[in-house]
Amino acid sequence: MADGADKTPLSFQDMILTLHAYWAARGCAILQPYDMRVGAGTFHPSTTLRSLGPEPWNVAYVQPSRRPTDGRYGENPNRLQHYYQYQVILKPSPADLQEQYLGSLAAIGIDPLLHDIRFVEDDWESPTLGAWGLGWEVWCDGMEVTQFTYFQQMGGFDCKPVAGELTYGLERLAMYIQNVDNVYDLRFSDAVGDVAAVSYGDVFLENEKQFSKWNFEVADTGTLFAGFKAAEDECNRAIEAGVPLAAYDQAIEASHLFNLLQARGVISVQERANYMARVRDLAKGSCKAWIDSQSERWTAKYPGWTL
Amino acid sequence: MTDFLLELRSEEIPARMQAGARATLETLFTNQMLAVDVAIGKITVWSTPRRLALIVRDLPLETNAVHEDIKGPRVGAPPAALEGFLRKTGLTQDQLVQSDGVWFARQHKPGRPMNDVLAEAIPAIIRAFAWPKSMRWGRDSASSESLRWVRPLSGIVAIFGEDLIACEVSGISAGFATRGHRFHCPGEITIGSASDYAEKLRACHVIVDHEERQSIIRDGAAKAAADAGLALVEDEGLVIENAGLTEWPVPLLGRFDTAFLEVPPEVIQLTARVNQKYFVVNGKDGKLANGFVCTANIDAVDGGKEVVAGNEKVLAARLSDARFFWEQDLAHPLESYLPKLESMLLYEGMGSLREKADRISTLAGWIAEQYFPERDPDTARRAGLLAKADLATGMVGEFPELQGVMGSYYAEKGGEKPGTVSALQQQYVAAVEGCIPACVALADRIDTLTLFFARNIKPTGSRDPFALRRAALQTIQTVLVNGTRLNLKRLVQKSHEIAAANDAIRQNLENVDGAAVSAELLDFFADRLKVQQREAGVRHDLIDAVFALGGEDDLVRLLARVKALQAFMATEDGTNLLAGYKRAANILKQVGEVSGNAAATPPTDADAVLLAALDSAEPAASAAVADERFTDAMAALASLRAPIDAFFDGVMVNDPDEDVRAYRLGLLSRFTGAVHGVADFSKIEG
Repeated sequence: MADGADKTPLSFQDMILTLHAYWAARGCAILQPYDMRVGAGTFHPSTTLRSLGPEPWNVAYVQPSRRPTDGRYGENPNRLQHYYQYQVILKPSPADLQEQYLGSLAAIGIDPLLHDIRFVEDDWESPTLGAWGLGWEVWCDGMEVTQFTYFQQMGGFDCKPVAGELTYGLERLAMYIQNVDNVYDLRFSDAVGDVAAVSYGDVFLENEKQFSKWNFEVADTGTLFAGFKAAEDECNRAIEAGVPLAAYDQAIEASHLFNLLQARGVISVQERANYMARVRDLAKGSCKAWIDSQSERWTAKYPGWTL
Repeated sequence: MTDFLLELRSEEIPARMQAGARATLETLFTNQMLAVDVAIGKITVWSTPRRLALIVRDLPLETNAVHEDIKGPRVGAPPAALEGFLRKTGLTQDQLVQSDGVWFARQHKPGRPMNDVLAEAIPAIIRAFAWPKSMRWGRDSASSESLRWVRPLSGIVAIFGEDLIACEVSGISAGFATRGHRFHCPGEITIGSASDYAEKLRACHVIVDHEERQSIIRDGAAKAAADAGLALVEDEGLVIENAGLTEWPVPLLGRFDTAFLEVPPEVIQLTARVNQKYFVVNGKDGKLANGFVCTANIDAVDGGKEVVAGNEKVLAARLSDARFFWEQDLAHPLESYLPKLESMLLYEGMGSLREKADRISTLAGWIAEQYFPERDPDTARRAGLLAKADLATGMVGEFPELQGVMGSYYAEKGGEKPGTVSALQQQYVAAVEGCIPACVALADRIDTLTLFFARNIKPTGSRDPFALRRAALQTIQTVLVNGTRLNLKRLVQKSHEIAAANDAIRQNLENVDGAAVSAELLDFFADRLKVQQREAGVRHDLIDAVFALGGEDDLVRLLARVKALQAFMATEDGTNLLAGYKRAANILKQVGEVSGNAAATPPTDADAVLLAALDSAEPAASAAVADERFTDAMAALASLRAPIDAFFDGVMVNDPDEDVRAYRLGLLSRFTGAVHGVADFSKIEG
């Protein structure tokens, strides 16, 4: 038997705590989730905005992520409208980023001589963030467990230097490690003394039912459309006022409202491209305003750095 | 003479780029050697996901010495010129040589050590290397000028004989050390020379020769299947891809629940292949079985049990997704998806897919009525209407590659006629066979071509974003494979009419000259036909010669005529007749206006013989053409060959007697006219 195979696999929360300890030991600041509804960990300003500019930036955090169209009313064992991503940003990307990453898999109990770990081409692109990078999806026995990307552009601007981004799909990884077929059966926490263990279903099953219904059936589309417009206007006002962090919040808001509108099925194929372009403009405008607000400091601190 | 090894190690290179990268590396290295006039022996280039390797046998130890003469002033030029030349070259006058009254400085350049040449060539190759997509990384990427590579470049091994070639690119220095398999042998290993490279890597769980990995996968996958009494469904693309994803490939057989086999085999194969890069297997009955072969990159400590279990789980999740779509889609008849096509828009101003379905239906029915003896226009209309419905189903949303195939399954389950099922199934293939399928495929493609050409959107150069060339080619192939006798021009006009019945589209067609559009489309078809027939060995100039007559838009008839013409042109009669034709045409071109009154009777016997030949050949040729007896038409032309030769040998066209001259010009004009009745010989080359 390989190491760890006879130990009880990590609970969901212990997996997160293990990753926190692992990346903290490698110099990452462990941040908390951003307090807004986002579609992925990449939307956290600590990734989007901080991947711009010359300053080193090493952080790790869990980001609750919402994809309204993926909701399945709690009936599908693999699909959720709300799930967790574990996000690591290392800027500049270290030469041993792959080895550091593989070390993290070992830390949570994946033995690479027992499981087939592969780096399979997957170029990442976020049309709503005006961002792209090259990298892989990392496979463990044929299952994608991580998106591994070297950011090349963010908000339409070159990343100088390039940041390495690791995005772990926590539920998938946990299902793998715990060998369960249904996400709701995951052990979220272990029993301690008289206190019973908590399952993922205990925490989230009801959320999935209610939010699937709200996302697909209930959410008032008039309010959502108005909210999109309001966020768009406020984003532009904040850009004007030179407060790009506040502007970016509104870009995030607009992006999420757009996702909800899609789940409500009220955005046609043509309109879709148009809405995405509007969100992209907000994200790009926020990135540009962020660069404008920082570039004097950056060039003073890093002589020779140019946009 | 000695051997050279270069290894460029990087993070995982996409499998699909490895073959191109090998070719690029070989070309760049060869060019570097050509630039220093070094002939190279055998080059071997290998790739794995983590390295590109090049081995060159028998490189010389140094480049050739060269003698170079630098031209100086003329002998006897002013002394200042000579002094200037001596200063420039650093020579004395007695070291110069004379040739043809000019001073030359003879310079001897010794050969350069190959080590130095390689030390310069390697960084140049790396910097010049063009990847389909490349990236920056690490600390250096703070500058836009930093090195680009497909993924971060992590090491260089460069050994000539047993010498290290000292060189450096972007902070990476060449050395003797590389790394073995990522998990089996993660430490450094030292390479001694080109000759121990592959074996040292093999000892560290890396098979560097991609072809060897391919055969391990090909044979291993077949064996894994055979051991379980199954037959591998061969897939060379998957063999190559998996070889590009592994350094130590281990094919393993996995299973899935037989209950999934109720899903169409195409779906299972696509899921396994595209998403998971697995091979599928057949059972003894030749039908898809509940097994698959995955290719691991490790010799797992448990023999692969966990790896197989994990892969089985992933495939099961994917197949249950697929089964979900299959069941959902089947819950409603195919026709019920039509309303969803309303929100799926074609290119702007061309309406929705729903409207296109109606157009295909109408046109397919019309084609069946007009051109197919089986005549089942109702089924053609029904098949046309349903052709695109599967685009709104969940399965095709998930797997766009299955368009058509899924429609045919759903149509079959829904009790549609076999012709409809077959039409849906074949609609995206090149040559569509059978009456109903052909009607639908032709209607679909002609509609597309007509609309785009009417909007003046045509392929230019290499740009053909709407695949119009393919649509035309497939139209041709479908017409020819069925031997369908149809008039393309009428078909295009009908398509135009049907499109114009739609209000939105009519607005876009308002200022369009329909006749001009169909003429353009016909030329477009002619061009595609030439390209398509080139492979079959049909001469493009002969196609031109028939097209140039105008009015021919029946491709089957046109090709029959071209083929008869090609056979004729291969005969001695054909080539001589062509020579006679060209001579006649030249004379007629030079004369311009004919003066004088043609003589009433043939002035000589040669004139009389040609006249008689024309009198019999003209009606014979035109009757044969009308009856589509093209070989007979060629025979009628052949009967003119001896008389026209005798005519040119025996008489002078430019007779001093104006009336005789006019008579003969008249004969020549009749002769070229008779030839034109069969083909425009002026287009024929040779």
